[in-house]
Amino acid sequence: MPHFISRGFQGRRRRDDPEGRVPPGQYLTDDFPVLSAGPTPHTPLERWSFTIRGGAEPVTWTWDELRALPTETFTVDIHCVTKWSKLDTVWEGVSVETLLEHVDHHSDYLVAFCDGGYTTNLPLEDVTGGKAWIAFAYDGEPLDPEHGGPARLLVPHLYFWKSAKWVRGFDLRDEDEPGFWESNGYHLYGDPWREQRYWGD
Amino acid sequence: MAGTAVLGRLSWQVAQVSATVDETARVRTIRLDAGQWPGHRAGQHVDVRLTAEDGYQAERSYSIASAPGQGLEITVERLEDGEVSPYLVDELRAGDGLELRGPIGGYFVWDGDDDRPVLLVAGGSGIVPLMAMIRHRLTIESSAPMRLLYSSRTIDEVIYRDELDRVAADAEGVEIFHTLTRAQPAGWTGYARRIDQELLREVSWAPADGAGVFVCGSTRFVEAVAEGLLALGHDPLSIKTERFGGTGG
Repeated sequence: MPHFISRGFQGRRRRDDPEGRVPPGQYLTDDFPVLSAGPTPHTPLERWSFTIRGGAEPVTWTWDELRALPTETFTVDIHCVTKWSKLDTVWEGVSVETLLEHVDHHSDYLVAFCDGGYTTNLPLEDVTGGKAWIAFAYDGEPLDPEHGGPARLLVPHLYFWKSAKWVRGFDLRDEDEPGFWESNGYHLYGDPWREQRYWGD
Repeated sequence: MAGTAVLGRLSWQVAQVSATVDETARVRTIRLDAGQWPGHRAGQHVDVRLTAEDGYQAERSYSIASAPGQGLEITVERLEDGEVSPYLVDELRAGDGLELRGPIGGYFVWDGDDDRPVLLVAGGSGIVPLMAMIRHRLTIESSAPMRLLYSSRTIDEVIYRDELDRVAADAEGVEIFHTLTRAQPAGWTGYARRIDQELLREVSWAPADGAGVFVCGSTRFVEAVAEGLLALGHDPLSIKTERFGGTGG
């Protein structure tokens, strides 16, 4: 079927996509837009902790304990379901794999939980093998609260709502259970390259 | 309703532009005739896709301005560095097709199924999804008390100004508060500063009244309003936010 043409639309083609790094329906931005469903939480570091539940027993790290783990600095492209993509963003954090090495479990899925009540669901195989981090620095600076500081989950190969801001831990699960946006019309998995934005995509 | 979205993919469809209305020098409302529109909830948005002759495409999201059951209208602000919004505001005209899919979003919505007070706080074109809520309240004759606090730079940039004036004059239970942050006309009796905690205290209900709060505007605006409401003691879970970064559009 011939595609619908928007009369008179040229498009700006602000930048080429020479290496095929921009998924379908996305546009590039140099800014760093903020999207949140509610107010920005501010948890003091001395009251902050990260807990993985659902294994043989819960495992908790304080802020200092988390920061004592080996860190990685990594450069990734990020893709927001609201259509913007941002290339070559530089982060520092602890690999989720590093955390899971301390947890005795046989789960296939997790639900990340956060200050402010936000949750998001992920298959374990999408956060292991060097594909996800607990990030606490962006562009060489401590992560700003409106961008998820003190720490956010970072899963850059999925739409950015999966990279939960203000993350405080994981609930390990046997089944894939929808999180916050996944219960409000957004896709259960969220692969930007397959444009899995909404229910049914 | 949102529940229908789960039944199948939100398919792209070509809607027909039936009319356009210039709201301000930079803002236009586009009335659309979408044949297979499943209906929407106040606060939801649509995705719009433009396609050039050579196949190049650009997609953006726009809030729905019309009340549920009252057709489909979007209101778009032209962003000077934008790619899609200049086309929608300046080029698109009645009779054209516009490819879209939706409705989208199940959180930043107000259905009017209870009588809890509702505080709406808008910055600039952040008024659009909140206007859908005001219109919905009037359409269903809800008795939920509703207040709108609307921040604009100048009087000429107030979107839906005449309609809001009529609502303020006629509608029982709906109160409209304007603040103009950059310039005020002679004899202006509204607020004349950026929204701060004191202004929020004057306009909002007490936290104990359990109002639902919807805030929409730029990131800086939403952060300031949400912080102010938290400082006044409002429950974080009662505050729903929608932010736009002012990029790309």
